[in-house]
Amino acid sequence: MQYREPGVLLWRGFTLQEFANQCFGNKADYGKGRQMPIHYGSNKLNYFTVSSTIATQLPHAVGAAYSLKMDKRDACTVTYFGDGGTSEGDFHAALNFAAVMEAPVIFLCRNNGWAISTPISEQFRSDGVVVKGQAYGIRSIRVDGNDTLAVYNAVRAAREMAINEHRPILIEALTYRVGHHSTSDDSTKYRSVDEIEHWRMTRDPVDRFRKWVVNSGLWSNEDESELRSDVRKKILHAIQVAEKLEKPPLADLFTDVYDRLPENLCEQERLVRDTIKKHPQDYPSDVPV
Amino acid sequence: MSIPMLRLAKWGLISKRCFSNTTTCESGKTVNLFSAINQALDIALDTDPRSYIFGEDVSFGGVFRCTSGLADRYGKHRVFNTPLCEQGIVGFGIGLAAMICITDRETAQLQKSSLQIISFPLLIRHESLWSQIVNEAAKFRYRSGNQFNCGGLTIRSPYGAVGHGGHYHSQSPESFFCHVPGLKVVIPRSPQQAKGLLLSSIRDPNPVIFFEPKWLYRLAVEEVPEHDYMLPLSEAEVIRQGNDITLVGWGAQLALMEKACDDAEKAGISCELIDLKTLIPWDKETVEASVRKTGKLLVSHEAPVTGGFGAEISASIAERCFSRLEAPVARICGLDTPFPLVFEPFYMPTKNKILDAIKATVNY
Ligand SMILES: Cc1ncc(C[n+]2csc(CCOP(=O)(O)OP(=O)(O)O)c2C)c(N)n1
Repeated sequence: MQYREPGVLLWRGFTLQEFANQCFGNKADYGKGRQMPIHYGSNKLNYFTVSSTIATQLPHAVGAAYSLKMDKRDACTVTYFGDGGTSEGDFHAALNFAAVMEAPVIFLCRNNGWAISTPISEQFRSDGVVVKGQAYGIRSIRVDGNDTLAVYNAVRAAREMAINEHRPILIEALTYRVGHHSTSDDSTKYRSVDEIEHWRMTRDPVDRFRKWVVNSGLWSNEDESELRSDVRKKILHAIQVAEKLEKPPLADLFTDVYDRLPENLCEQERLVRDTIKKHPQDYPSDVPV
Repeated sequence: MSIPMLRLAKWGLISKRCFSNTTTCESGKTVNLFSAINQALDIALDTDPRSYIFGEDVSFGGVFRCTSGLADRYGKHRVFNTPLCEQGIVGFGIGLAAMICITDRETAQLQKSSLQIISFPLLIRHESLWSQIVNEAAKFRYRSGNQFNCGGLTIRSPYGAVGHGGHYHSQSPESFFCHVPGLKVVIPRSPQQAKGLLLSSIRDPNPVIFFEPKWLYRLAVEEVPEHDYMLPLSEAEVIRQGNDITLVGWGAQLALMEKACDDAEKAGISCELIDLKTLIPWDKETVEASVRKTGKLLVSHEAPVTGGFGAEISASIAERCFSRLEAPVARICGLDTPFPLVFEPFYMPTKNKILDAIKATVNY
């Protein structure tokens, strides 16, 4: 999984508390406090844990899809990545493998125009990503990524084809990254505020969907403000709870490197514990030892 | 270990420049590590029209601000963003660097083979670039019988802990590359060192991997001469004289080791601290001479202890100084786990771990 897809998890039922626990790396975090914030993962929800490296997970999705096919499951895998990710060798390996192995996998490319400061014109000169799928013999769909219903329909159709016909499908969703790349990025250093504002004001997918649900009589401004304040409260609560929970115990530093602790790690754990006894002031007090 | 120095001095172009150990040729402004690197890159681009800088997000100045202003000054054909593909960046760099062998033959300007290619993946963290570095860059000269080389290639990469980087943004992979004959591995400890060592790396006729301590980009500040100077590769530096124990380290770790030395001093232990600077080919002589004097050795690095470069130093010194050693060589290093987020303080080879080991070794 890529780092930009918490929406999928939310939809599958990951709770706000679970999100907050991971972000704070507390003892309830399934990743045991080992990874940076937003590196979620959930076995229960069939969501492989996020890793920071770009595109490395794409071939995994193909292997996982092949397993689903061999087990005759009524399911496919889906893997998400950005326009930048399509330049990595792993992207090309994954597409080629998927085509050759006839793996039921959906490659969902969120082409948002930027990979940190690199615009797509410096990323590739092809007609976007959709043609790359086609070149590998993969049925590929381009969709307006700011049109919620269009994306929904495309993914639905892709899922059916992938599962029923045992084949990979690529979807290129065209959109724009209105936010900064991350909290340590200031994107006005490399793109104009006008450009950002244009997309924010005129093409925002959330505004667009809101208009549709409001016009269809399914939603109102009151519903919206109620939802917003309700969600804000829930998030604040989840954060407060997560903040107060203590960190995972020190033993978790050493476990899971392998299925069981080898002797070198047992020895290192003993040494670390001795050091903590000697120099308790060097160590955070919220990690139980 | 003056071989690289001699080699560099051969090039008329370079011998005119200040080549010093102490870098006190003229005073400079007080700058941080990323600005010192920026100065070195600026000089490299300015002094050799065949030098280029490319990689991910370099043109707006880079995620760590090391390339600020360079695209404006030298143009987008010499300082540019590449597609997001580390193997592509290195492979492209190898080809670009190797062409020097052909253009030099054509123009018979043999001594001016100082073409610099500088590319930097954000972190050496993508396995697929392994093949380009290990199978191509490292062996380019050897496998062609020295008909071709890609010595102009310098790969810059941040490394090491930052306090909040987790698995992928904190690793210290230097020992992997030390196990690949044909590459040089260089790690600076400070802004002044970074500028001089980077310029030497760029002008060295071998491919160099230059690891920059991420923790120090903003934190380390010192006076850096503004002129063009180089610091010799494969020459370690005794940065603190002492008699009771020798400590060897590199990069950001040295600051912690220095503090441990201060504290040891208060306990009446006199430590000699050596900055290795170039990990491969490394300056055994300087370390050996020191251990012959002190009889004790401690090596410290952030990378996991098992198979880390400390193991190589420890084995070599045991071979050379066996009869002189008065205690086992101590290694205070990272743990044999992936680099953890919440547990980072426990993982790290802290000052007190070093201090305890100094005392234990001296009192062995
Ligand atoms: C292998 C690798 N190289 C570089 C990086 C640094 N990096 C993190 S995100 C990013 C840009 C990714 O852009 P894109 O794939 O378009 O995805 P977006 O962030 O736009 O969703 C880069 C270069 C990384 N995480 N992994």
